[in-house]
Amino acid sequence: MEFGLSQDQKLMQESVRRTLERVAPLERIRRAAGARETVAADIWEALVGLGLPGLIVPEEFGGSALGLLDAALMAEMLGRHVAPVPFLATIVMAPAALIEAGSDSQKETWLPKLASGEIRAGVAVSERASGAREGARITASGGRLNGSAMFAFEAQGADLIIVADEKGALHLVAGKAAGLTLTPLETIDLTRDLSELHFDNVEAEPLAGDSGRALSRMIAAGRIILAADTLGAGDMMIEKAVDYARERKQFGRVIGSFQAVKHLCAEMAAELEPGRALIWYAAHAFDTLPDDASLMAAHAKAHLSEAGRFVARTSTEVHGGMGFTDLLGLHYWFKRIGLDRQLLGGPERLRHEAAVAQGLAAA
Amino acid sequence: MDLSYGPQYEAFRAQVRHFIETHKDQAPRRFGVSRPAPEVLAWQRLLIDNGYAARTIPKEYGGFGAEPDILESRIIAEEFTKAGVPTGLANQGISMFVPTLLELGTPEQKAKWIKPTLRGEIVWCQGYSEPGSGSDLASLQTHAVEDGDDFIINGQKIWTSTAHAADMMFCLVRTEPDKPKHEGISYLIFSMSTPGIEVRPLTTMTGHAEFNEVFFTDVRVPQSQIVAGRGQGWYVANATLKHERGMLGDPNQAGTRFKEIVDLMSRETVDGTRLIDNPVMRDRLMALQARVLAMQFHGLRLLTAAQKGEDPGIARLIVKLQGCEINHQLAALAIDVLGELGVLYGESPHLRAGGVWQHRYMFDLGLIIGGGTAQIQKNIISERGLGMPREPKAAKA
Ligand SMILES: Cc1cc2nc3c(=O)[nH]c(=O)nc-3n(C[C@H](O)[C@H](O)[C@H](O)COP(=O)(O)OP(=O)(O)OC[C@H]3O[C@@H](n4cnc5c(N)ncnc54)[C@H](O)[C@@H]3O)c2cc1C
Repeated sequence: MEFGLSQDQKLMQESVRRTLERVAPLERIRRAAGARETVAADIWEALVGLGLPGLIVPEEFGGSALGLLDAALMAEMLGRHVAPVPFLATIVMAPAALIEAGSDSQKETWLPKLASGEIRAGVAVSERASGAREGARITASGGRLNGSAMFAFEAQGADLIIVADEKGALHLVAGKAAGLTLTPLETIDLTRDLSELHFDNVEAEPLAGDSGRALSRMIAAGRIILAADTLGAGDMMIEKAVDYARERKQFGRVIGSFQAVKHLCAEMAAELEPGRALIWYAAHAFDTLPDDASLMAAHAKAHLSEAGRFVARTSTEVHGGMGFTDLLGLHYWFKRIGLDRQLLGGPERLRHEAAVAQGLAAA
Repeated sequence: MDLSYGPQYEAFRAQVRHFIETHKDQAPRRFGVSRPAPEVLAWQRLLIDNGYAARTIPKEYGGFGAEPDILESRIIAEEFTKAGVPTGLANQGISMFVPTLLELGTPEQKAKWIKPTLRGEIVWCQGYSEPGSGSDLASLQTHAVEDGDDFIINGQKIWTSTAHAADMMFCLVRTEPDKPKHEGISYLIFSMSTPGIEVRPLTTMTGHAEFNEVFFTDVRVPQSQIVAGRGQGWYVANATLKHERGMLGDPNQAGTRFKEIVDLMSRETVDGTRLIDNPVMRDRLMALQARVLAMQFHGLRLLTAAQKGEDPGIARLIVKLQGCEINHQLAALAIDVLGELGVLYGESPHLRAGGVWQHRYMFDLGLIIGGGTAQIQKNIISERGLGMPREPKAAKA
């Protein structure tokens, strides 16, 4: 029994952290957000240089064949630095679907280019993960897709988009396919891209294998990645609160010496920290204990969403008026956590799924 | 306890309904970002003239001059909420400055400022906080030095809401540097166009410039513009803060927002099921309704105590903490109900209610901090309300 990260995992996480400290300081984030730049080219290049795009892609297709645990460790760093780069869809969810259920030729066509970072992939599966809002519906027939997917991830500039239809079958669509219209959706979080996709008789190729299983795998993977993103962002918000509380003085003493403030910081740490182990286990389950994966992914995402919301708000409070302004940029983390919460299912829905997965509730 | 609405109140209710029915077309739909839009001003005048705003403020100062009556206030609030028609303006001038001046101003000051403020024609900002003095407000450093009949002000304020759009500021300055910190402060009012005032907007987490830094360089203000005398500023400020905390915790606002969420959940669907039919979300909604109702009745209780001249003690001290928390929780529920729609922003397609919940989720957190942080409120509740000892002073290094 050993519950912890390997030396390699620690080193890899450390090297991504150092790279992001260098290429993604707050000023860079501000510029990207100001320009609505959700693929900051220099940051993306740096991550490609570290081999991130091929993280979970098998070696035969040019990847590093690492696990979702490794990917979660990377996501944590991206959240920590509110990095304006694609990851969730292009590095995890899309490859996961192809690995799970792509035909040889589908894998051959897409995985090597995804692994090298030469192309990017988006995914449009929100309706199957968090439920469909009015107006969102994709129908498939005769190799064509029609309708709307309301919240696609990382679809802007993607060469490939993996789309779930209303029955949960997955389809591969070229980013530039005729009849596909993409409308960028601005969100509170200017570091990531969300789009509405409209399909007007768009040519699509079904994913070859068991779509149902591939869909549930990619959603589970996505949830774990979002949980890890929140963990990293939350970690940073705690560090910032602690640093601020050690510097800021009121009533002739540093505010960190008030027990009220100390306890807020301690509560944040106590709420967030156990989530780390939950994410590790969920990711490990995804890699090696598939029967446990969906349940653990649901719990990890729901739990981190709640802890993340508490940390986001509390760290802001510890900063007083300063936390509410743009001056320290604290809100980038606040909003990152806020967006994570709503993607691929909010906490209530996920807890329901967790109950269903254990036979404690009817689906 | 007597909550019966006797016949005279039913007549009053009919009168309120009639007013709303006749005039609701004139109710403003656009409110203006930092200054009230012209239609808001017209609406405010109409409300005051008919006694639905500034109801209990004396006629001589531009109010309606009615005797305080909680049932009437309650009926007005109920009927306006039910009809979805906006009630009177609430801003720092109306909700904070006017009550302060009524309590502590000279007859001249009251005559000059209250009426145009109530009517929304004069917009005020509150110059209290400074970079080094937030929770520890009494340590403020902006100072005013006597020069003939005037004061000359130098220093800086920060987090000043609406200063960029305000006509006037009520401001705390140090006039008696040799006195202990609480006794050396005075409360001055002056025009924002006085030479030497520079306003620099600050962007907040919402992405909008919602408050400002204000710099004073040799700003000359007549000594007659002091409220309640030199060295009395701390006392005056506490009077104002009491009203601010009442305004920030206003349970009727929470009641209106609650109703908006009921509408939202009755409209929005996931996989064809209305959110109001989702038992978990509905449970969150009902739990919040209880908190809102409790605070609304709590408000009536406070009003009754105030009319009888009783000190409600701890009951008053909790209003800001609870009210702001409930507002924030309401916004959090709305966001969660909206799911991905709840994180859209800016000009995004599919944005619901113009993104107001996204904005409130952030702004209401700001209000948990502004006007005395939650932690400061808890200190006040425990120390003044529950009589617990103060935290020991830090050991001298
Ligand atoms: C939306 C908004 C609008 C505002 N509008 C105005 C305005 O119009 N005019 C104006 O003058 N000001 C305004 N303010 C300023 C507001 O009053 C201050 O931000 C607030 O009083 C806190 O002060 P601070 O920001 O300096 O934080 P600090 O006092 O530095 O507090 C930082 C942290 O330390 C904690 N802390 C400090 N002292 C103690 C203690 N003794 N015990 C326990 N914890 C403590 C606080 O709770 C907080 O968590 C506004 C603020 C906001 C957010």
